Parts: sequence; C-alpha cells; structure tokens
Amino acid sequence: MLSYILRRLGAGIVLAILVTLITFLLLSTSFDDVAQSILGTGATPDVVAGLIEQKGWDRPVLVQYFDWLIHAVQGDFGVSVYTSLPVGPTVLQRLAVTLSIIVPALILTVIISVVLGVWSASRGGIVDRIAQGISLIGYIVPGLLLAIVLVVVFAVQLKWLPATGFTPFAEDPAAWVRSITIPVIVLTIGGVANMAAQVRGRMIDELRRDYIRTLRTRGSSTTSIVIKHALRNAASPALTVMSLEFIQMFGGALIIENVFALPGYGSFAFNASLQGDIPVIMGITAFGVLLVTVVNLLTDLANGWLNPKARVH
Amino acid sequence: MSDERPLQTNTGTVTPPSTELLVTLENAAKTRTSTWRRILRDPQAVGTLGILAVIFLLGLLTPWLAPHGPNDADLAMINAPVGTPGYLLGADEAGRDILSRLLHSINTAAISALIGAGVALVVGVIAGLIGGYFGTVTRATTEWLFNLIMTFPGILLLIILMPVTGGDYRFTMLIFGVLLSPGIYRIVRNLVLGVKNELYVDAARVSGLGNLRILGRHVLFVVRGPIIIAAAFLAGSAIAVQSGLAFLGVGSLQIPSFGSMISSGFRNLYIAPTQFLWPSLLLGVITASLVLLGNALRDILEGSMPKPAKVGRGQRVLDSAGEATAARTGLLEINDLAIAYPRPSGGLNEVVRGVDLSIARGQVVGLVGESGSGKSQTAFASLGVLPNEAVITRGSIRFDGRELVGLTDAQMRPLRGKEIAYIPQEPMSNLDPSYKVGAQLVEGVRSALGVTRAEATARVLALLERVGIADPKRTFDSYPHQISGGMAQRVLIAGAVASRPKLLIADEPTTALDVTVQAEILDLLRDLQSELDMAILLVTHNFGVVADLCDRIAVMQNGVIVESGTAAEVFAHPTHEYTKMLLGAILDESTVRTDPPVAITEEGTQR
Amino acid sequence: MSLLEVDELRVSFPGKGWRKKPVEVLHGVSLSVAPGETLGLVGESGSGKTTIGRAVLGLVTPSGGDIRFDGTSIARISARDRRRLSRDIQVVFQDPYTSLNPSMTVGDILAEPLVIQGATAKDARSRVRTLLDQVGLPSDAIERLPREFSGGQRQRVAIARALAPEPRLIVCDEPVSALDLSTQARVLDLFVEIQRATGVAYLFVSHDLSVVRHISHRVAVLYRGDLVETGSAEHVTSSPDHPYTQKLLLAAPVADPARQRERRLERRRLMEAS
Repeated sequence: MLSYILRRLGAGIVLAILVTLITFLLLSTSFDDVAQSILGTGATPDVVAGLIEQKGWDRPVLVQYFDWLIHAVQGDFGVSVYTSLPVGPTVLQRLAVTLSIIVPALILTVIISVVLGVWSASRGGIVDRIAQGISLIGYIVPGLLLAIVLVVVFAVQLKWLPATGFTPFAEDPAAWVRSITIPVIVLTIGGVANMAAQVRGRMIDELRRDYIRTLRTRGSSTTSIVIKHALRNAASPALTVMSLEFIQMFGGALIIENVFALPGYGSFAFNASLQGDIPVIMGITAFGVLLVTVVNLLTDLANGWLNPKARVH
Repeated sequence: MSDERPLQTNTGTVTPPSTELLVTLENAAKTRTSTWRRILRDPQAVGTLGILAVIFLLGLLTPWLAPHGPNDADLAMINAPVGTPGYLLGADEAGRDILSRLLHSINTAAISALIGAGVALVVGVIAGLIGGYFGTVTRATTEWLFNLIMTFPGILLLIILMPVTGGDYRFTMLIFGVLLSPGIYRIVRNLVLGVKNELYVDAARVSGLGNLRILGRHVLFVVRGPIIIAAAFLAGSAIAVQSGLAFLGVGSLQIPSFGSMISSGFRNLYIAPTQFLWPSLLLGVITASLVLLGNALRDILEGSMPKPAKVGRGQRVLDSAGEATAARTGLLEINDLAIAYPRPSGGLNEVVRGVDLSIARGQVVGLVGESGSGKSQTAFASLGVLPNEAVITRGSIRFDGRELVGLTDAQMRPLRGKEIAYIPQEPMSNLDPSYKVGAQLVEGVRSALGVTRAEATARVLALLERVGIADPKRTFDSYPHQISGGMAQRVLIAGAVASRPKLLIADEPTTALDVTVQAEILDLLRDLQSELDMAILLVTHNFGVVADLCDRIAVMQNGVIVESGTAAEVFAHPTHEYTKMLLGAILDESTVRTDPPVAITEEGTQR
Repeated sequence: MSLLEVDELRVSFPGKGWRKKPVEVLHGVSLSVAPGETLGLVGESGSGKTTIGRAVLGLVTPSGGDIRFDGTSIARISARDRRRLSRDIQVVFQDPYTSLNPSMTVGDILAEPLVIQGATAKDARSRVRTLLDQVGLPSDAIERLPREFSGGQRQRVAIARALAPEPRLIVCDEPVSALDLSTQARVLDLFVEIQRATGVAYLFVSHDLSVVRHISHRVAVLYRGDLVETGSAEHVTSSPDHPYTQKLLLAAPVADPARQRERRLERRRLMEAS
C-alpha cells in the first residue's frame, strides 16, 4: 500500500517535470517580448539584449531549465520578474485563497448532489423533476452570467454581500465567510448541475440490479438498501466525477476571481501570463500538476476503499 | 409470415406450433424508421436546431445586415441608448454599434465552436478507435497520453500559453479542442472495447475481414450516436470558454465576441444596463439551445433515460384485484392472477393472464415453461418484487390465508426472508460486490430474526457448513468475486433458509451452474426440504430437475397454466398438446448418430 | 486422413494484474476430426472446450503444440492466410443475440463472407437466397434486421452465414445452449440435415451430454484443460470408462421421476466409491 502511494507520487513528480519542461520550451520562444515589456516600448534593441544577458536568458534552453529544476527541488522557485517577490510562498498563498473557495464549493456540491441524486433515483416524483430542472439550468447558464447576475442582485441591489474583495480567514472569520459566499454559490450551482445528474443516473442503474431485488426478498429495509448498498456501489464512479469536478472548478474559479477581484491562483496565473512573468508561470505550473496528482491519488485510494475489486494488493 | 416447414426428427414428424413468432408489424415498422426522421419529429430537437440555424444564418449574413463595422467607433455615439437611429440596440462605451458587434460575435462563436469541437472530435475519435481496438501496449500508451492531457485545468493552461498563442482565439480554441479530447477518447474507447468483444466481431474476423474493414463496418457505426451528442455539448463548451476568456481580456481586443461585449457591459452596468443585456441574452440562448439539443439527441439516439426505481413502493395493483373467487386452504393459493405491463403506445399488455396455482405445506411444486411464459413473473408477484412498471390487474395471492395482493412494501417486509424466502437464478449478480459474503448474510439474518450480531454470526457460520461449504470461516470473510458460482449459490441458499421459512421460491436455481454442481445443489435442496418441511415453488424450464425434486407440476404457456397434476401423472400421461410437445422435444437418451460421416459429394469440386 | 488435427495443444492466458504469472487453460490436448464427421467436445466451465474451438478459428494463439488442417499447420498463420482459410473453416456461436450485427440486415450479414471472398453482388444475392432456403427461413428475411427475429431464427441465420462459403469444417460453440427446449431439437436436426446434405464436418462444443449424443459420431471429454476420454458417441455417452465422464453422465437429471430416483442412488454410490 505504502509503495503504491509512493509510486504514484513519484509518477506525479515525473509528470510535473515533463510538463514544466514543455512549458518552459514553449515560453522560451518569447524571451524577447518579455524583456521588451519589462523595459517599455522605448527601449532600444541593445538595452533589451543587455537585459536578456543579465537575466541569463541567452543560455541554452535546457541549461536554463535544469538550473530552475535544481533550485525548485530545493524549494527555491525563483523570484517574480516584475515584483521580485519569491515565487514559492506567493503561489502557495494564492493557492490557499482559491482553495478556500473551491473546497467549500466541492463539499457543498457533493452533499447536495448526493442528497438530490439519491432522492430522485429512489423516490422520483416532484423532487426528481425539480432536481432535473436545476441540473438543466445549471448547465444552460454559463457560470459567467450567473456570477454577474448574483453580484448585481445580492451585492449591488440588496447590499447583503460584498461585491468584490477577499478577507482572509485569519483577519476576520465572519467577513471571510461573506466574501466567499457568492463565489461558492456560483461554483456549487455549476457543480451540482453536473454531479446530481450523474449520481441520479448511477443510482438508477444500481437500483435496477439483481442483488437489490434479492436484498428486498430478504426483508431488508428500504433505507438500508438504498444507502448502504446501492449508494455504496454507485459512489465509485461518482468519485471519479468528483475529481474531474475539482479540476474543472479550478478553471471556473479563474473567471470568478476576476469578477469578484479575489487574489487567487487563477488571477495570479492570468496576470503572470499576460506579463510573461516566466518564473511565476513555471511555479504555477509545477504546483498545479502536483496538486492534480494528489487529488487523483486521493480519489483512487477512496475508490479502492469503496470498491474491493479495484483494490491494489 | 409462415412458420418453418415441419422437420423430420428422429422421434417422428413434429409440426412446430407458433412458439417462434415474428415480432408484430408495429414493432417492425418502428425499428425501421430512419434516424433522421425520428430527429425531425422531436419538437425539442427541431426547435433548438431551428433557433441555432436562424442565429448562425444571421451571423453568415452579417456583411449585409450589419449597419456598421464591429470596431467602428463614433465618439459622438458613446453609450447611445436603444433605438438611436442607425444604432438599433444602442452603442457601447467606445461608441461602437452594439447590433453590429453582436452579429459579428456570432461568427466568432461559430468559428470557436467549429474549431474547438472539431479538433476534440477528430483527435478523440481517432485515438479512441486506435486505443480501443488494438492491443494492450497501444492502449496503455494512449491511456497515459490522454490522462496527461486530462490532468490540466483547461482554462489555466490556455492562459499560461498566452504568450505562445499570441492571443489568437483560433489557436487557443485549437488547444482547447485538444484539452477536451480526453472525454471523447474515453467514450469512443469504451464503446470500441465493448464492441470488440462482441461475438459478431469475432464472426467477422473468422470470415476473414481485415481490421480496417471491421473498424469501419462494425465498430464505427456504434460510435456514431454518442459522437453526435457529444458534438452538441462540446460546441456549447467551446463557446462558453471562448466567451470566458474574452471576458477576462485574453486575446486580441479587435475581435468582437460575446465575452468582450459582456465585459464592457459589466463595466457600464449602471450607466446603461441594456449593454449587458443583449450579449448575455444571445449567449444564453445559444448555450441553452446547444445543451437542450444535446439532451434531445441523446433521448432519440440512445433511448430515454430509465425512470427512477421507487424502491419503497408496493406493487401497483388495480382496484379490481385482491379478490379470491374460490376459497382454498393451501399454504400458497394463487387465484386468477393477471400481471400486465404498459405498452409504449399506451394500454396494458398482459404477460400473466389468469394463473391458478396451489401449494400445500411441505409440498414441492414445479412451475415449468419456456422463456416468455410468465413463470418468473408469477414468482416475483408472490414476493411483491415485480418491477415498478408492472401492474397486477386481477386475481389474488393468499399466503397462509392472508391476502398479499395490495399490501404495501412495509406490510410485505415482515414476511419476506422470514416466512417466504427466495433463491435467484444467477448467484454472482445477486450478491452485493462491495460487501463480504458473511456480512451480507448476517444483515439478512438480523433483519429477519432480530438477533444480536454475535448470535447472527454464529448462525451464519453453522448454516454455511450445513449447505456444504468446506471452509465456512474463509467463505464468510470473502468477497463475492472471490468465490465460485456453485459456492455463491450455496451461500444464497443458506441466507434463504436461515429463518426456516414456510415457503421457498426458487427461480431457476441451477440453470446457471455446471451440471455436476447442479446435481449437488439439487441434493442439498432435497435434504433441506425434508429437514425443514418447507414448501418449494420451483420455477424451471428443465424437466429433469422437475423429475428430480417435485411432487406436483404446473405447465405454463403464454401466461396461463395449461396443465397441472402430480409429477408421476404428468410425465406418464400428459394431456395438453403443449406439454406433449415439450416432453417430446426432450432429447432422447437412446438416440445416437447411426449414419456414418459422409465426405463432400459435390461434383468433384477440388479445393 | 483427418481433416482437422489438434496436436498437444497448449493455451495460456495472461494472469490478472501487473506481472502475474500466465494461467494455462489447456495442458496439451490432442484430438482429430475426419471429413464429414461430428466430434462432440464436452466439458464443464473451466474445461477449456471453448478455448480449443477459438484456437482452431484463430481467435486465440496457442502457447504450445500445433493445429493442422488438411495436413497444413494453421496454428500461427498470417492474417492473409487466415482469410483464405475462412473459406474452409467457419463458426456458429452460442449467443444468437450478439453474434449478429444488430445494425445490418440479414441479407448483408449473409453476403459479407461471400463478398470478402470476391463474389459479385449478383452472385452473392442468389447464394443468399439458397442459404435461407437451406436453413428454413423465408426469403423476405433478406431486408429485415436481426432484432425482428426470435432466438431460434437468429441461430438459423448464424448457421446460414457459416454455410455461405461452403466450408469443410464448422466449429459450433454451444449453438443450442441459449435456445428454448422446443427450438433446441429443431435446430439440432437442422445441423444433422445440413451435414448429411453437404458433408461438412463439425467440431461441436457443448456442456450438455444429451445434446452432444444427439449429433456426434465421436465424443471427447475435457476436464480442467485435460482430455480424459475419447471414443464413439454411443460408448462415451452411455457406458463411459472414465469416472469423470460417469459422474457427468449421472449428474444430468432425466425427465422420469422413477428412473431419476435410481440414477440418484447410482450417483451416490459412485461418489462414495471414489
């Protein structure tokens, strides 16, 4: 078991190296543009060349990459080209902000989706139709529009919640909750639209299986059948959906961070990319891949716990 | 259509009755309606296709329709209100005509959809076909590659690669298409894997079809439907993502798009709220139409999603049911039972059409019939576990004097597993794969007898030994996929007899087992029956099993009992034509091939 | 000379999971089929009987031993040679519901093997009509889809497909196991009739001794990948030598209560004796 976890983490590190290498290779085509934008449009080609030499961007690409890599494994991800702030700690800080939106959203999504999905599948009727309606609306309305509409209604018109800005938890818990409320709602609605339909579908499939009927003939209660047996078996494919959902939420979070002016991972990446801040981009990429690896690993472990056939022995 | 002509068998000429019927004309016509026609008849599909067609037509006609260019700015017209002459929907913060920008944005969206969805489909389908069809090494490589792609949060990557793409939205959409392809790859690969193992592909291979022909002829067809459906959803995704990116300001500001319009509208929300309204509305309509179109296509091409299962409900019963016409005193008395299912075109179709059956205490009754006779339905009705769609239209089922038809699920539960027990046909699929065998049995025993867990465990271990399992403890701790079919059936039998039920309903309990295992299970059932003095309703199509176990036989055909009597009687002197035909069709023990092998007698054809 | 010769055939399948040892399902089986003869191959699950059939058809590669058709080895031939061989060796599978492509008409299904071998559309068409006649199906079946037919009828289509290229050997993999009792007898008789008319040989795989007895000239019994007994159908299915075959024979219940009781006692005696 331990060896399995180590192997997966190891594979994740290899993947991170591969991805950052490709990214760097791609980015290395734009050294000129970055130098130009640091110095401003008035800079002459000589000055630009001088900056490039000073930063070491004229060295062979692979050499530059290995230099970065060696520092990275020691925890030193360099400094931002524009702000000179250390990349590592900044990325982590920004990541914390984004995660503080995504994790609550994911938890809420899972809870709501499971409740709705199980209820729809086993009871049908009005609840089923409502759930399907919510799913449909969640699919149809792009998150972008939803975010804006909610901001207009709740922040601007009703003034219940702040329209923009983020208050760290450490500073003021209550304000933190208020600042993440609308973003979390937007992400949750999109997530539920996706997951509830999946859970419902899998539950319906599961409830039609032979062993469910046999359990009924032994006099098991409905609750036991639906939750203890059907849900447990339906949960396994739903877990995979959850990990995909997490990754998707990262993308959605980006737009939300922009609309609500939250200092998160996405907006950090966005700005770095616009400016061509290469060390920051590399740091973001590396952390991104590692994060996804960890999430996938956790999903697989949970899957193995739920589904004996999938266990690694 | 006529049935086959009578064939000469070794037991004499047998004229086949219509046990083999061609499906009714109604069904035949339905299966032959072309897919296109079905799509065109569905209002949701036609409606959304219509809306999308109109919108994109407007986009194509933009050069003639738009009064201004998308970036023509007139400083005098900044934030002009709706209805300004020449600026029908008003002008934005830079003085550009909103209507014109809207029309041009349609084209941007259309191109995004084409590139994004197109690339995703091409890459995904080809990779899926290859990964699914060819050997494990190829598949492992494609798997790894697509897992790699899948781990990226798409939008983030697109942004990171902005310096490379240079903000050209078409390049960005191309990359996005690649990022979307793993989803398609997975769908196609799973379909191909499923089809690859189908027997008709094997048959094609034996016929000498090459791999390419097989892929094209047999495999691609299956993939068609899901691809079309996915295309609709992919197009929606691509448009939404491109709008999102444009909203953030990624990419050239010269390209008109919904995203950039929404962004500037957002900024001017208080000055001129309608600026935000128009692009949002149009984007919303396009996305909504694509999603609804995808759903409609899915319903048409893949059939509607199955309905919810409603586990806790009792069986559906018509008011006319639940009355016994004759009073009898057997343990189980079935009287004029009729079960029907709703037809897709409306109305009810009876599958059990008035069944009379009587089982006395301790008696073993065999219910014999071919597939479609309704024998399993009769058994399920006695347990109250018919599928949700089934309706009991008339008749009564009395157990120990108590009427079962019309009872709620809560009322049936105390009987199930305690007084009436059940063993199924297919042992493996009737055990929950996620729980250990022992735990499942213990749960059943506890809910039937209400004992403590320790007590239940002891009983279960004793039962496992009683049913002939060599190492009870080991089996107790195993998962279903770790034990054999024969052992699984013994486990299910143990679970069924745990509470010493009065009646055991056995639905083809040995059909799925090897013949040597079958003999052992039959021995076991016989022993248990005499030890517990259980009545057994044995549903089967095998007359040998009936001869081995049963006291009485009831023969069922097309929903009615055509003959019943003691086993000895029915075997020796069958009265009904159908019974005679069935008994006659049993392969004779003494018949052997007497004619010698004949070599090919064609007129000297050399091979 | 034998038409088909299986010589010390061994087949292994890869073990489950990473780097697990391969599992051998056939441990060196030898048998032969003469022209125009039916060899019944009987065994329970795990005996390897289906694997032998699939190996002969080229759907499975042997790990040891040889298979010879008309004297030539066919165990590890190229795809092109396999295509040529398909003129002589054909198959009828067990499941009538999945052995026919649900999206092709019966006419197309039957024409496919002919067209592959190079027949013109016109020739294929007329041959299809002859085939349908041979298996007792109406000629308007040509335009119909498989789902419009019952299990027994679909099996007839499968038989017609196997007959299309006029093969000399047909591997029958449990072809009647999924059919109703009344249909079984008729389809079996069709098999016999076709053999008498065309002289084709059958390698007939089944788990059911009574089915095998009805159609075979000779019978081979398999147990867990080993051949335990071969002989004439009459001998093996009525008074077998090997204890496993005896056990198999007595285990199948007969439709006569009195006689079944006797067999039960005999079986118990046999079990106690071993």
